[in-house]
Amino acid sequence: MKWFAAAAAASAIPEFTAGTATPNLGAATPPATKGYGTDTNTAGYFKPGDVWPLTLPAAQRKLVTALADVILPADHLGPAASEVHVPEMMDEWISAPYPDQQKDRAKILPGLQWIEDESHKRFQKSFTALTSVQQHAICDDICTRTGVKKEFSKGAEFFGVFRNLAASAYYSTEPGWHALGYVGNVPLTQFDGPPREVLEKLGVTQTVV
Amino acid sequence: MPIIASSQAQPEYDVAIVGSGAGGGQMAYTLTLAGLKCVMLEAGRAYDPGTESAMFQRPDQIPLMNAPTPGKPYGFADATIDGGWEVPGEPYTQASTKAEEQFWWWRARMLGGRTNHWGRISLRNGPYDFKPRSRDGLGFDWPITYADVEPYYTKVEMLVGVFGSNEGLENTPDSPPGVLLPPPKGRAAELYAQKHAKKIGMPIISIHRAVLTKLLDADTLPAKLHPGNPRAQKIVADSMRARAACFWATDCHRGCNIRANYQSTTVHLPPALATGNLDIIPNAHAREVTLGKNGKATGVLYIDKTTGREARVKAKAVVLAASSAESVRILLNSKSAPHPQGLANSSGLVGKYITDSVGVSVSGHVPALENLPAHNEDGAGGPHFYAPWWLYTEQHASRLDFARGYHTEFNGSRSMPGGRNPLSDDLGRGAYGTKFKEEARRYYGSFVGYTARGEMVPNEFCFADLDPAVKDKWGIPVLRWHWKWTDQELNLAAHAIKSYTALIEAMGGKVRGTPKSPRDAIAAPGKVIHEVGGALMGADAKKSVCNGWNQTWDVKNLFLCDAAPFASNSDKNPTLTIMALAWRAGDFIVEQARKGNL
Repeated sequence: MKWFAAAAAASAIPEFTAGTATPNLGAATPPATKGYGTDTNTAGYFKPGDVWPLTLPAAQRKLVTALADVILPADHLGPAASEVHVPEMMDEWISAPYPDQQKDRAKILPGLQWIEDESHKRFQKSFTALTSVQQHAICDDICTRTGVKKEFSKGAEFFGVFRNLAASAYYSTEPGWHALGYVGNVPLTQFDGPPREVLEKLGVTQTVV
Repeated sequence: MPIIASSQAQPEYDVAIVGSGAGGGQMAYTLTLAGLKCVMLEAGRAYDPGTESAMFQRPDQIPLMNAPTPGKPYGFADATIDGGWEVPGEPYTQASTKAEEQFWWWRARMLGGRTNHWGRISLRNGPYDFKPRSRDGLGFDWPITYADVEPYYTKVEMLVGVFGSNEGLENTPDSPPGVLLPPPKGRAAELYAQKHAKKIGMPIISIHRAVLTKLLDADTLPAKLHPGNPRAQKIVADSMRARAACFWATDCHRGCNIRANYQSTTVHLPPALATGNLDIIPNAHAREVTLGKNGKATGVLYIDKTTGREARVKAKAVVLAASSAESVRILLNSKSAPHPQGLANSSGLVGKYITDSVGVSVSGHVPALENLPAHNEDGAGGPHFYAPWWLYTEQHASRLDFARGYHTEFNGSRSMPGGRNPLSDDLGRGAYGTKFKEEARRYYGSFVGYTARGEMVPNEFCFADLDPAVKDKWGIPVLRWHWKWTDQELNLAAHAIKSYTALIEAMGGKVRGTPKSPRDAIAAPGKVIHEVGGALMGADAKKSVCNGWNQTWDVKNLFLCDAAPFASNSDKNPTLTIMALAWRAGDFIVEQARKGNL
């Protein structure tokens, strides 16, 4: 329950309710922004929080971090989601005032509560405090869209949205590009097309000389 | 002469040009290099791609990973600012409540207009495209032929720099030798499609795009473009030397701060400004063309958006290049006692016969493209290959149930990731963890997408008029849209879906998603941003709005130099033709000015 006190201390949460058997994550402060408008500083470099305030309280952020790292862990293909600011990007996303992002917010915030409830039901602990095996036990029940047991359907819907967003963020980063095998966005003096090993594998020849 | 405030305008100009995009930019270039004094009105703010283009930003360095938002429909980093299908304070309305009868009207209120967001696809209309009615009995012939426009296509290609190849295909014109820049090498998925498309008879060739694959030859081109005009040659040579060749990275839609692709602001406006003959007034929203007692245009009445007040510029001739529908709106709003239906509208045809491209996309997954060794396929920031329309013979023999063709654009496979999940939920069987990352890597580069740009046949149901009640924030009546697809477009869409399914299957792949009906698959009207027409050119003053010189029949010193005069909307993207016709009309205006006819 430590995260719980920390969350309360970290930010004022208007609809915060305490004292339930399962901790209620509460509603994060809704976005207080109209967005970035129509005339953006296109050439600028930005990080989450620059264009509107992030709204996830620490408790939710911690849970987002834990789940994003289960989905995109550190391994032979690169660092974990949390090492490349995926939770911050997700926070920026659900803190945006636009309809698409608000739709995701309406799925992700209750979903976080669902997974926390499930964690307490099964293991009497926050998801963030579970062992990897325990975390996987929950995720395995909700990671697919089809064949999910009825009691897990809400969790499964959330998991799909969450995984989409986490992956969108992860593969926006340089280590994410490396993990996929994208090696562009560098200036070149000439463009040679695919290397010979690629052409051979595909059984094609370069037709532009 | 430079970018000025409304209050700094000269008392009178030779020509007032409304709009700063492909048509307005080309017109300003042609006229000012020939010595005419011009003023250009731009409804949006000044914009400099040299300092305002997002070049190497990764999606994690861009708000919302560059996802579309209502304020930036192609994402934060897209070059278009103050533009999109919705512009705050500048509504338009729909005659129908049915979604499929509603038109999405894209505006770009910024210097350079719609040249800031476009794919740089620069295809010439072919001979058939200027005489479609003669060929199939539908729509309208243009009063001009391919031969009339050909020299101007060549000039535009030499000026802006267009890469591509000459293939000698039907109605897919070659350029004269040495005019096109070298086409870039094919990418893996493009080459693989090219090989396997042979099974279904679809020719896949290098596309033509306005991107410099090498430096323009500033030593010889200016003399070819401006013979006998040494000052123009010097200015154009300097401008060409200020452009760099493509460095094979970044998306052209973000703009290009090395000026390697065509935007009006990097190619047309710098030399025009260098002549000293051009004043550009930004934030100047044209409302009406003003008319003298002699029936000639005297200038333009506009809203100075910096003050909200009306202002005027005077000129001996007026060119509307505000984008086709905005020019229609200006004409319809230019009402006077002798012209109660609006200006240049004695035929009653202003606003009529608007056409858009028929857009259909099919995507697929091709296992052969999985797990390819990592390699850089950014290339020229857009497609390298395309498939021109290839079934002219079948169509002419009435073996197809639609009259006009489509070309096919290729979507990138190993393009920059980010902002989207590379492994969508229907793949990977619920994978998360390392398994997910492995599956994402395996699939990356194996998705292909094919998009049709098809020719719509003009019909009387597709037009725009003024809404009788609604006005924009400046008090100017707004356009009301009317739209209906016919079987021509739906049958074309059905054919494209079939062709792309066959192509993907020929590559050993499978179409992604469930097949849609043509009515559901066709892009919503306006979403392709290729609307043309509304003030068609023709041979008969009673049946058209302007003649073959883009000159309105009713007002001799009023010219329409965006896509409004297009008598048909070939499958070829409109921008190159807008530029070629604007250059041609510009030469005509210069000649008329020299004869004292303006």
